[in-house]
Amino acid sequence: MASEEPLFDPSLKKRKKKIVAFTEDPLGADADPTVPAPDTIDTTTISGEKVDLGPVTAHERMKAELGDDAEPKNEKEEKDDLKAMFGDLKKKKKKKEIPMDFGDDSGTSTPAPESSTSAPAPSAAIPDDLDFSDLKKKKKSSKKKATFDLEAFEKELNDSKTKDESAPAGEEEGEAPDGSHLDQIDETELGEDPFAVANDAPVSVDAGTEAWLKSDRDYTYQELLTRFYASLHAANPALLSSSSQKRYTIAPPQLFREGNKKSIFANVGDICKRMHRQPEHVIQFLFSEMGTTGSVDGAGRLVIKGRFQQKQVENVLRRYIVEYVSCKTCKSPDTLLTKENRIFFMACEACGSRRSVNPIKSGFQAQVGKRSKNKTG
Amino acid sequence: MSVQNLNSYDPFADEGDPLGDSADVGSTSDYIHIRIQQRNGRKTLTTLQGLPKQYDSKKLLKAFKKEFACNGTLVDDEKMGQVIQLQGDQRAKISTFLTDNGIEKSTIKVHGF
Repeated sequence: MASEEPLFDPSLKKRKKKIVAFTEDPLGADADPTVPAPDTIDTTTISGEKVDLGPVTAHERMKAELGDDAEPKNEKEEKDDLKAMFGDLKKKKKKKEIPMDFGDDSGTSTPAPESSTSAPAPSAAIPDDLDFSDLKKKKKSSKKKATFDLEAFEKELNDSKTKDESAPAGEEEGEAPDGSHLDQIDETELGEDPFAVANDAPVSVDAGTEAWLKSDRDYTYQELLTRFYASLHAANPALLSSSSQKRYTIAPPQLFREGNKKSIFANVGDICKRMHRQPEHVIQFLFSEMGTTGSVDGAGRLVIKGRFQQKQVENVLRRYIVEYVSCKTCKSPDTLLTKENRIFFMACEACGSRRSVNPIKSGFQAQVGKRSKNKTG
Repeated sequence: MSVQNLNSYDPFADEGDPLGDSADVGSTSDYIHIRIQQRNGRKTLTTLQGLPKQYDSKKLLKAFKKEFACNGTLVDDEKMGQVIQLQGDQRAKISTFLTDNGIEKSTIKVHGF
């Protein structure tokens, strides 16, 4: 058995089922009906394909609506170009130009159809007594223009895919190749990914650049509203809800293997500090969830018995955050855990809510290993 | 004729400790816990604990073994009661099996990584 390989990875088996939407909630009872729906929805499916969920914020929505008006202008220019070049081919081109949103058909967005449709170009264009070589050049350039978007998009897609594969604790955990369903559900429950790198997608705020400002026509309500939001967000970017919200980030757990049977969780102290939790509490939870034991070594690292990978520990930590860190009412991670009369209470710093949390109980521990080793009498 | 409002009812009567019924607050005793445990190598054990009394765990074990093509046993624990123990990681399979057979999904708790 190659010990370098992740010898123990139960999620490997799940890879087959990856595509099947797993409606089961493996956490079962954790699904608290009082938990509001997550305010951010992943725009990616489990398999990593992007899904166009439409605009997220009101501002974006309006942008998109207005954008529909704005974009065709550019397209028209391009189309005119093409029209000039390929006379009667125009119709075909037009059809292809319109769908600017390649978001949801990443699989089909290959430049192959491009060439097939522009193949009859010479025959169509020759009657216009154009120099053939010249035409070819032109065609090439125009084709490049047309396919540019596709290629760029594809490249981006591939880049993002490879990036996600290489970074195990990448920004969208759902794209991890063998992301188990536990992963996915935890994330949705939490509303956001605490292990994500804080990436504030810049929303282009262009106040005062609207074309209609100079013209003296009547402005529409939509335009004014967009303008309002644009200036509002320009003035205080904190209001941009999902994108610029202060994200709750935790360094991914660092797992090393010690020998053959132990794993070392190096930055447990750091993670506990970020969550404002006692390391003992976190460690207790980790052990009871993973069904193992362990100890803290001299350097403050946690030595866990058994082979664990970073992803697995991350999953457990995620569940810890859902249960013991993030406020069930407002999702804020600014909570304090206090113990009163043997009961743990979680008080939210942001909204002031206070609730008791389940005590950590380790369940049945099956007999593993030699019976003679742990004779307790 | 009886006026309901005038019924003698002492609102301050000792109802007993509101938390007294369950041994501890927020008790998870009514959950079905599905846990995983590592063995040597890449082998694992799945344990199912807290099965409601109305289900015959012996028959359930038999069904599990047949359905998941794994071996398993019934362990009697002093504290936890009867625990079904199966070979391999059967957590997802168990939870789908139980939900398919009419056990409320919210009562099943899957543990592990």
